[in-house]
Amino acid sequence: MAKNESGPADIVPAAGHDTGTEIVLGTGVVSPDAFTDPGLPPHRLRVVDTDPKAAKKAERVVYALFYISIIGSVFAVFAYMFFALDPNDLNSVRLNNLYIGLGITLSLMAIGIAAVHWGKAVMADKEGVDQRHPTRGTEETRARALEIFKEADQESGFSRRSLIRNGLIASLIAFPLPAIALFRGLAPMNVDPNNELKHTMWEKGLRLTRDPSGLPIKASDLTMGSSFHVIPEGLVDLPEHEKLDAKAKAAVLLVRLEPSALNWTSAERESWSYQGIVAYSKICTHVGCPVALYEQQTHHLLCPCHQSQFDLENECKVIFGPAARPLPQLPITVDSEGYLVAASGFHEPVGPSFWERLN
Amino acid sequence: MSTVATNQQSGFIGKASNYLDERTSISGAVKEFGRKIFPDHWSFLLGEVALYSFVIILLSGSFLTFFFQASMSPVEYAGSYVPLKGVEMSAAMSSTLDISFDLRGGLLMRQIHHWAALLFVAAIGLHMLRVFFTGAFRKPRELNWSIGFVLFVLAMAEGFTGYSLPDDLLSGNGLRIIDGMVNAVPVVGTWITFLLFGGEFPGNDIVGRLYTLHILLLPAIVLIFIVMHLMFVIIHKHTQYPGPGKTEDNVVGFPILPVYAAKAGGFFFIVFGIVALMASLVTINPIWAYGPYDPSPVSAGTQPDWYIGFADGALRLIPPHLETVWLGYVWSWNILIPMIILVVFLLVVFIYPFVEAWVTGDKREHHLLDRPRNAPTRTAIGAAGVTFYAVLWAAASSDIIATHFKVTMEGVINTLQILLILGPIIAFSIAKRTCLALQKKDRTMALHGFETGRIVRMPGGEYIEVHQQLDVYDRWKLVSFNDNAPLMLRPNTKGKITGGMRLRVRMSHWFFEERIAPVSSVEHQLELENTHH
Amino acid sequence: MRNKTPRSARRSGRRGPLASIVLIALGLAATGGAYAAFSSVSANASVDLSSPAVIDEGSKLFAANCATCHGMQAQGTADGPSLIGVGAASVDFQVGTGRMPMARSGPQAEVKPVQFTAEQTSALAAYVASLAPGPAIPSQTQLENGNASNGGELFRINCAMCHNVAGAGGALTEGKYAPTLKGVAAVHVYEAMLTGPQNMPVFNNLNLTPSEKKDIIAYLAYNEANPSPGGLELGSLGPVSEGLFLWIFGLGSIVALTVWITAKSN
Repeated sequence: MAKNESGPADIVPAAGHDTGTEIVLGTGVVSPDAFTDPGLPPHRLRVVDTDPKAAKKAERVVYALFYISIIGSVFAVFAYMFFALDPNDLNSVRLNNLYIGLGITLSLMAIGIAAVHWGKAVMADKEGVDQRHPTRGTEETRARALEIFKEADQESGFSRRSLIRNGLIASLIAFPLPAIALFRGLAPMNVDPNNELKHTMWEKGLRLTRDPSGLPIKASDLTMGSSFHVIPEGLVDLPEHEKLDAKAKAAVLLVRLEPSALNWTSAERESWSYQGIVAYSKICTHVGCPVALYEQQTHHLLCPCHQSQFDLENECKVIFGPAARPLPQLPITVDSEGYLVAASGFHEPVGPSFWERLN
Repeated sequence: MSTVATNQQSGFIGKASNYLDERTSISGAVKEFGRKIFPDHWSFLLGEVALYSFVIILLSGSFLTFFFQASMSPVEYAGSYVPLKGVEMSAAMSSTLDISFDLRGGLLMRQIHHWAALLFVAAIGLHMLRVFFTGAFRKPRELNWSIGFVLFVLAMAEGFTGYSLPDDLLSGNGLRIIDGMVNAVPVVGTWITFLLFGGEFPGNDIVGRLYTLHILLLPAIVLIFIVMHLMFVIIHKHTQYPGPGKTEDNVVGFPILPVYAAKAGGFFFIVFGIVALMASLVTINPIWAYGPYDPSPVSAGTQPDWYIGFADGALRLIPPHLETVWLGYVWSWNILIPMIILVVFLLVVFIYPFVEAWVTGDKREHHLLDRPRNAPTRTAIGAAGVTFYAVLWAAASSDIIATHFKVTMEGVINTLQILLILGPIIAFSIAKRTCLALQKKDRTMALHGFETGRIVRMPGGEYIEVHQQLDVYDRWKLVSFNDNAPLMLRPNTKGKITGGMRLRVRMSHWFFEERIAPVSSVEHQLELENTHH
Repeated sequence: MRNKTPRSARRSGRRGPLASIVLIALGLAATGGAYAAFSSVSANASVDLSSPAVIDEGSKLFAANCATCHGMQAQGTADGPSLIGVGAASVDFQVGTGRMPMARSGPQAEVKPVQFTAEQTSALAAYVASLAPGPAIPSQTQLENGNASNGGELFRINCAMCHNVAGAGGALTEGKYAPTLKGVAAVHVYEAMLTGPQNMPVFNNLNLTPSEKKDIIAYLAYNEANPSPGGLELGSLGPVSEGLFLWIFGLGSIVALTVWITAKSN
């Protein structure tokens, strides 16, 4: 019997399998005076079924396409041989890519279209009907499965011998632990990531140098409206991968504004700049993209990844976008030769926030 | 003496089949599956597109592994691409450039691989939408929806790990964003990135590790899930659209051998052909233009591949300054909220079939699909979900929208922020109204037939337009659908009303309160008698 | 010549009709690019910018066309900045690309059809240069024979964040944008770096040396001369346009084919 939860009305057994169990319709409604299925509509013949000419033509199209496919394959091989790559001509790569590709395309498409056309127009158009069976096993099978579990339980004593069972479960929980421990080796031992994240190469007296050449910069090199992409002195001499690790934290943007355009919250912050020259970390405080877009007139910095905007005039405060914190400022001054140097390292960790940032 | 000599066959094929069957009992499988019926509808091929793209990815990817070096060791590029000559880069980048410029057909294989990867995820997405909007996830297929969902997530993971392998500027900045996001995770974030990158970002290990994931672990898991997914398709047999002669107990269509083998087999070549065509005509991921990864430069318009776009968009839409310090630790809400939104969104997709099953309480097997209009609330929920996703996706290209439509980037982002909240609500109500209107139209059509345009003057002088009744087959399409009514709140057998019951009743009203019942034969009879008076 | 022909003749002999189509397309693209490069009006070196007659001519043109915003003595007004000391390079860039005179005052000076002839542009440049020393228009030798690979690296670090790695341009704040660099004459690229027009930062000769500027120009020229070996570039916008192409063309055509596959043969 079918059961509808909304009430007794309108309920008839659903057109479903009689599994011997109750059919639960839930909120489903099956009306007793619903239409009855008229059954499959009459079979419609294709043109190829009635017109032998069309059938012949379809057949010809199919085999012709298969042969065209061979032409495509051969063409691709020839293209491979004759459109060689010339190291001095980038266009040769383009032609190589184009012609091998088009040959392969022709070869594949022709096979595909031929096979489908064969299936549609040449093969017998015989619709079939399969009967479905309920997904659940028959009552008999289910009863036997249950019985097997019971027998196994009895014979092993899985439920009865609870000490053994619990021991098994506990040991199964414990056994992956060494594997987890092994994965500690993914990163070097004796290194605390927090410490790494909190320190950059910058320290007092280190010269500001141009990226990528590593040449030092004089304060007088910066005309109004200039922006320099800066790396610390000595970075270019580091081994390659250490160089990238260091650069990922130490990259700095150096710009010169009218000193009167800069607003400072304290005299100390003001002392971090040098005659309108300011240096800010280039690493976005959101998720770490280089905030390198400097607008000379608005004095805004823009991150091209997520559009955070920072105001250079106001200590790089966030004025738009997802970032939460201003870009950290690198205190700078000049050395005796007039080169710009760091007055100290950064006063806070650069880049995106992390859990232990303030500890 | 042989016990199976009774069915000996002659000829090479006969002998070969006999040889095989005596060792594998393959004849059983052929008997079982050879003439299995598969229903014919274009939307049933979308899953196949995904499957075929995966095969294309495996083929082209295997080729690429022969030449790619998953190493971040620095080398000086010495290949033939002039603007990078002498530039220091990782072996990964250098070998990818060599594949592109110094290996015949190498660029083609790279482009096939990448286009197929984009197609793989897109086809899965479209396939999921088809399954959702037709209710194909209902009993007994809820678990297969879950498996398919896992495949969707795995496909995105496959895509992202592959996108990062060449170690170019674009993907490097993508990894940097991942690094920044994971760092924001409370308590363990810092350590997870530390372990992932083998120390500091970018470190020296990430490409090799992603490579192992990309070519070994993830494909193996994808393969296992695909096998499970297809096994369930065989166990359940395919669903079919409602129509005359199609019932919950049968499946109408064409046999696998020969028609479906020809169509599906041919379709593989067609999909491969389209991918090859795109690869031969259109550039994808020109890493030579991006250059090697360096933490200092970045390109305008830095975006992930399309399927990660929704995540990137979520990161872009969060308003500024959302970070708090609590108990001395940093809570980066500007990253955590988008992450939570994404996880919740994916979770809702994952559990939807179970929610709907709970609301309807329907324990029948459903093999006949719903036309989307006949499940208005579900369709509306889907439309809202699609809108939500689309807004996030659009947000990932906020800067490109701004430049191409000559509007401000701030305006685009603020508009999308509003749309992210309002859009799904609007989409929900439009979709629901549209479905109900279409159902009403169907109902009218089933009752009165269609307008013929023929005006007749009645003996009494009035003019009427003659309506032509539909034939039985067309009418059946309009009147045979699964109908649900909202649930009444009634105490259970213990005479109690639980909170769960209340919620279920409320949900059921939300789903089925506005309901257009199918035309019954009695109604139709009455209508006919009325018009014949 | 004759000795070399057999090989090239053999190669061209094997090119199919498609090859000729592609060659024609490439030819058209190259011609178009060359046309774009030559048609952009630039002050040419043949005009003597220090000649009083030219300066006088420039002064008249300035009074008639520029003084409304920049002031009669180019001292600047509320509507336009002072041009004293901006140099001939700045004038040649702004006027030679059609940015000046602006259609309306605003932070983004858009590229428009050029309003002045090359001689007039030179005269304006000469006049502004005569007011105070400033960056001069680079000579042809300053634009040639750069190192493209060094230029690529410098481009990525200094330019790509606004102009995109492929020079396709990108968005700035509040509706401003960094324009595309495709089809921009080398001299204008040089002048833009030197003078920092509108919101672009200044890359003076101590930031990017003349030789480095030359390298960047060589890199851009290489990209201009060599279209992507992978095929169509989809605007060089990266994954966004690739994704759209995949959904619209790729999946679109596949869905169309699924409809064909499952439709009953007629």
